[in-house]
Amino acid sequence: MRNISINIENVTVAYHGKVALHSASIKLEEGVICGLVGMNGAGKSTLFKAIMGFVKPVRGNVSIQGLPIRQVQKRNLVAYVPQSEEVDWNFPVNVYDVVMMGRYGYMNLLRIPRSIDKNVVQESLERVGLWDMRFKQIGELSGGQKKRAFFARALAQQGTVLLLDEPFAGVDIKTEKLMIDMLMELRQAGYTILISTHDLASITTFCDQVVLINRTILAYGNTSEVFTEENLSRTFGGSVGDFSGAKTNSCHPH
Amino acid sequence: MDFIQWFIQGFIQGFIQWFVAPMQHEFMVKAILVSALVGLVCSALSCYMTLKGWALMGDAVSHAVLPGVVIAYVMNIPLAIGAFVFGVGSVIAIGFIKAKTRIKEDTVIGLVFTGFFALGLVLVSKIRSTIDLTHILFGNVLGISDSDIVQTIIISVITLVTLAILRKDLILFCFDSTHARSIGLNTTFLYYTLLSLLSLTAVAGLQTVGIILVVAMLVTPGATAYLLSDRFDHMTLIAMALGVFSSVMGTYISYHIDGSTGGCIVVLQTILFVLAMIFAPKHGIIAQSKNTEINY
Repeated sequence: MRNISINIENVTVAYHGKVALHSASIKLEEGVICGLVGMNGAGKSTLFKAIMGFVKPVRGNVSIQGLPIRQVQKRNLVAYVPQSEEVDWNFPVNVYDVVMMGRYGYMNLLRIPRSIDKNVVQESLERVGLWDMRFKQIGELSGGQKKRAFFARALAQQGTVLLLDEPFAGVDIKTEKLMIDMLMELRQAGYTILISTHDLASITTFCDQVVLINRTILAYGNTSEVFTEENLSRTFGGSVGDFSGAKTNSCHPH
Repeated sequence: MDFIQWFIQGFIQGFIQWFVAPMQHEFMVKAILVSALVGLVCSALSCYMTLKGWALMGDAVSHAVLPGVVIAYVMNIPLAIGAFVFGVGSVIAIGFIKAKTRIKEDTVIGLVFTGFFALGLVLVSKIRSTIDLTHILFGNVLGISDSDIVQTIIISVITLVTLAILRKDLILFCFDSTHARSIGLNTTFLYYTLLSLLSLTAVAGLQTVGIILVVAMLVTPGATAYLLSDRFDHMTLIAMALGVFSSVMGTYISYHIDGSTGGCIVVLQTILFVLAMIFAPKHGIIAQSKNTEINY
């Protein structure tokens, strides 16, 4: 039995009295890639926010590696790769600056990088193949390179929990393959990876486990057991059309 | 040959006359130094305002400080303290109304700052004092008092030191507050720090260009520099250079044409912005249109 990494116990989150997530309980072990599947507004981002400590559950408890969230933040344990739409691509920072932001939690008040920070940033950039692009302003990158830049930041942060929000949206096949390979490597290294995605076809190819969510956890467990048509139709509000549509429409290489 | 010599000599003389002659007046020396300082500080902050999308917030805070300024004047405490309380208070009010009602943020900002500003107007008109409304609204750097100079210097030092220390955290906060929070940075603290600096610089700017135009000092240099650079540090340096240049030149021009100092400074800043918008090497309109041609 491997160690439990993400432990969500009976968590209920409400905004202005409206419940966004109801008594959610999930235990994820180390070295697991887990898909998070649900419609828009089903509570995927609320779950992410609960794991990052941005919302205080009205009931229940979240802990990472047995630590309370405040400690988790201080130790840089959770790295988040945002959706492309959330980023201001015209911001005057270059690729190197962005990846260095992954190291801020390790630096002193003035955030002056030490040599270890520089080494880790270089390693991370080389790993995603962007070292040569490091002086480019982030908006000059292609869609796939943008994703890889933020992935490199997550690597530089050296947390052991990785949250990815729609990582394959608008990404070229080369980047997608590279990222999936890297996720596999990180899984080997004991990372716990939670991926929110609409790309249902990709889930069966590399997710060990899957969480189906619709305002509460409908089902979760090993992909082969949970990823059934019946469960998916419950996730997407009874219309199987959504699922089959997603399957046929997604231009996935696998 | 003689003509050229005559021309150069005349030019130099005119140049000296234009720049040096006003310095015979003590008030001009003070005005130019204070404007330069205020230009420097406001432009440094303007980079964060531009990137965070806080132009409207800057406008709101600078207007909302008016009642604070009047009350501080009556209570005989530094104007900056009154302004600070009302500046931050207005933003807390905005946040509260936004959270508790269904009204959209820009509407809330619009109604809160006009409400505060109106209260300030009523106070100015009802409280008998030597306080001159036009000086607050439109600035009066040519007649700035020594105590106001001291206050401007204190505000400038606080602002510049805070920005120097928190520079990287504030950049991260503007760029990606989600990541900032997830690695344990106190984003609430950063939010209120930026806001407090905004209130303070609004008071500093109030001396030179007045409440109405201070938002230009807090937005335009940053916006111009944003078109000229892709690195935050370069952007800050360019913004500060532009801010100091337009403040100093604007004050000179206002002396020579005997016009509104705040008006001259802001018109100059706007001209610089328009030039950057058209001619900026990469993000200017001309460069952009050339780029599209290549892409075709």
